[in-house]
Amino acid sequence: MERPIFRTESVTKVYDTGGAKVHALAGVDLALFAGELAVLLGPSGSGKSTLLNILGGLDRVTSGRVWFRDLELTALRDRGLTRYRRDHVGFVFQFYNLVPSLSARENVQLVTDVAVNPMEPAEALALVGLSHRLDHFPAELSGGEQQRVAIARAIAKRPEVLLCDEPTGALDSKTGVQVLEALKDINDRFGTTTVVITHNAAIRKMAHRVVRFQDGRILGVEENAARLAPHEIAW
Amino acid sequence: MHALDLKLLRDFRRLWAQALAIALVLGCGVAIFLTSFGMYRALEDTRAAYYERNRFADIFAEARRAPDPLAREIAAIPGVAGIETRVVGNVILDIPGRAKTAVGRVISLPNGGLPQLNRPLLRSGALPDPEATDQVMVNEPFARAHGFVPGDRFAANLNGQKRELTITGTALSPEFIYTIGPGALMPDNEGYGILWMPERAAAAAFDMTGAFNSVSLNLTRGTSEAEAIDRLDDLLRPYGGFGAHGRDIQLSNSFIDAEIKSLKSMAMVLPPVFFGISAFLVNMVLGRIVALERSEIGLLKAVGYSSGEVCLHYLLLAGLIAVAGILIGWAVGSWLAHSLAEIYADFFDFPYLIYRVSYDTYVIAASIALAAAGFGAARAALAAARLSPAVAMAPPAPPRYSRSLFDRALGALRLSQPAMMVIRSVFRWPIRSGLTVLGLALAVAVMVAATFTPDAMDKIVDSAFYQSNRQDAMLLFSEDKPLSTLEEVRRLPGVLEVEGQLFLPAELRHLNLKKRVDIDARPPGGDLARVIDAEGRAVTPMPGSILLAERLASELEVRPGDMVDVSFLGGRRETHRLRVDGLVTQYFGLGAYMDFDTANRLFRQAPQISTANILMDDSLADTLHARLKQMPGLAGTIMMNDTRRSFQDTLAENVIIMTTVYATIAILITVGVAYNGARVQLSERARELASLRILGFTRGEVSAILVGETMLLAVAAQPLGWLFGYAIAWSMTKGFTSDLYSIPLVLTPATFATASLVVLAASLGTVLIVRRRLDRLDLVAVMKTRE
Repeated sequence: MERPIFRTESVTKVYDTGGAKVHALAGVDLALFAGELAVLLGPSGSGKSTLLNILGGLDRVTSGRVWFRDLELTALRDRGLTRYRRDHVGFVFQFYNLVPSLSARENVQLVTDVAVNPMEPAEALALVGLSHRLDHFPAELSGGEQQRVAIARAIAKRPEVLLCDEPTGALDSKTGVQVLEALKDINDRFGTTTVVITHNAAIRKMAHRVVRFQDGRILGVEENAARLAPHEIAW
Repeated sequence: MHALDLKLLRDFRRLWAQALAIALVLGCGVAIFLTSFGMYRALEDTRAAYYERNRFADIFAEARRAPDPLAREIAAIPGVAGIETRVVGNVILDIPGRAKTAVGRVISLPNGGLPQLNRPLLRSGALPDPEATDQVMVNEPFARAHGFVPGDRFAANLNGQKRELTITGTALSPEFIYTIGPGALMPDNEGYGILWMPERAAAAAFDMTGAFNSVSLNLTRGTSEAEAIDRLDDLLRPYGGFGAHGRDIQLSNSFIDAEIKSLKSMAMVLPPVFFGISAFLVNMVLGRIVALERSEIGLLKAVGYSSGEVCLHYLLLAGLIAVAGILIGWAVGSWLAHSLAEIYADFFDFPYLIYRVSYDTYVIAASIALAAAGFGAARAALAAARLSPAVAMAPPAPPRYSRSLFDRALGALRLSQPAMMVIRSVFRWPIRSGLTVLGLALAVAVMVAATFTPDAMDKIVDSAFYQSNRQDAMLLFSEDKPLSTLEEVRRLPGVLEVEGQLFLPAELRHLNLKKRVDIDARPPGGDLARVIDAEGRAVTPMPGSILLAERLASELEVRPGDMVDVSFLGGRRETHRLRVDGLVTQYFGLGAYMDFDTANRLFRQAPQISTANILMDDSLADTLHARLKQMPGLAGTIMMNDTRRSFQDTLAENVIIMTTVYATIAILITVGVAYNGARVQLSERARELASLRILGFTRGEVSAILVGETMLLAVAAQPLGWLFGYAIAWSMTKGFTSDLYSIPLVLTPATFATASLVVLAASLGTVLIVRRRLDRLDLVAVMKTRE
């Protein structure tokens, strides 16, 4: 875990919403390492989602610099960011963001269509335990199943990083555990750097490292000497 | 298949009702474009090919009697490539089994057979024997109307002598694509026929041996037509030339010109309306879809789809709608064009049918439709492309409301909350509300423009037949007769009243404008044929002055009080300067009227007449016709009742077709606009309306909001629609106006009311269909939806 996969340097992000200026990030310096599972912890509005969006190439910094390995994300234009997202990043969102008119398999295919060396959609769905739900539409799946489709969609392209924004936020604890198991399994098996955002402090116990956010700044970073498996976590 | 393509197809299937509503409007545009532009080109190409192959002449002239050697001088006019001289004349026909007289146009055939110019195309049988005096070839429609085949016989009154003629063959000619007899308004193939007769026989019949009275010329490319006409006029003047003219006022050609012109104006005016409305509808629906799919767009971008791919995805959705519209338009347009071709086949006599809309017209129509849909989709698709993924994933910021002066004014009105919601929503989306009003207004306008024609036709018929020409029949003499001829006519059986009328071919000039017309002079005190002014009063021209039809005056840029130069083409061929005394309302032809005594004085002649107008006793009609068939010097008869009836019948048929087509179009526009408007509104308001239901509003009260907004816009569209309708009707009357006829702009309150009723009813029906979805609204699910 020596080589940082992400590095940020004095990153700030200011949202100008007409009247008031909101400092979502107020100088963030952070390094994330290949193969680690990091949890970003903090109350809502603390800036963790903003950072995740910036790391994922979905949003831009106001000032500061961000590197993905040797690639400076802050120097990329729109086309470069699209390329970066397409080739390196997998996303999992709180509200799954599945396309309702596409089946589970087709939702995964949406990503494999544009990826360089993807796995088969069925294979990705098998990894999250959904082999039996391949041709179901989102409306026919439970919330946990939908989120696992979203995870399958994220990992199908064999990304180097998996960015998860409140992946269990919309789920009850039982299905939430299933989703976290899937994430941990991917991280263990493929060594995919995984960043999980949550405001649920219990989840921190499964991480290699926990980064705490408050008011757009990093309060502190702690390393877990002993990680727990998701099913051992209770909330 | 790519997952994104699957999404595209499934979205399209889910949106089928809205897509269909748009596709129908777009299809209308494609169909009308295909029909009007396609038929315009087909008609023009067919005519051009026919003219080319059968050497339709460029210049035509008639004279009283020109000696044959003059032809050599005419041929020597610079730029003349071909010349054909001939003998022409009208004769009264007596057709077996037909009580009424018919009129035949005799045209001589040169000794060698077919003429060099205006070559008839033999359709059956053979040319008449050049030596025969009792053989003719007739035009095919005339033969068909009477069931004639080669070998059949009928009689003609040739120069006072009744002669039996044998039909040797039938033919068509580029000169008579639209075959219309003297004074007729519609082709009457039973009552009017073309008879091609060997030159020797024709010359003998009209006393033209060694002479000709008609000449046609072809010009080499690049020759000035005006100059050639002037030279020809100079040569013919000593022989009673009636003024040469180009193809523009050749009767058959100018009717086709008028039709081509109206097709062209239809192609220019109507399709853009449909394409514009389609673009707006695509814009509205796609804008809503992009708003609804905000998070999906964010997702697509997050997983690595480029802005271009996202943009293309939504453009393709519009493209699918366009393809549906194009297919509908192609199918309906092909059918319409085919129907129109059948109508043309009744009126126009072409030897071959190139009545096929060319493939490139299909391609052009499709391209315009795609462009319209793409244009409509562009805003939404670009918005999707521009949406930053991080922003797209977050829920949209709630629309900004602030209290404005407008709100305070609304508050003062103390409206119910639902009414407030309707009004706020209308003004919150001013562009969308405005365009919806515009779309519905155009539907009203199309209805107004369609239904005004029957009223206009009634006015034409009233003006032409009940106000101006009230005689039962007109007897046309082959040359002017002394006034005393009226006494002979009065003695014919069944004639109740008789009046004379004199026609003087002349050229009117004002500034550098000129127009060839037949000036009409009537003995004073006439009551059968009257001249009607703009106020509907019968007027008589004052001595020494002239009255002009409004259209003629505007073409010459003359106003009452101005002076015009009148060059008479008959008699002493003198030019006189006459004062324009007033204007006359007239829908057929370009009339000019002067005082009878003034005309005879200018010609220094005893009073003469060209036609006799009669009132007749219908019970003696057959006896009268039998006498007319024998009457020497008679060149034709016009039965006004027949003319009126055939005009009315033809129009009635066309008006029914036209009104049906336009009403369908108006309803399609209304449905397209109202349905999509209501669906978008429902989609935006689902939460709001569900909340109201949860708060205890009844279904009816909630529906009233949805129905209220659409109907408010529909009502607001009415005055604008009337205005547009007026404008479209006005431009249609301009598009139809030609030297041959014009259409008055008659717009009655009933026309506006009908248009409004149709559009309001269609709007209400449409929004009620959308309303049914409100009943199925799942209150709990709607409240849970994240938006």
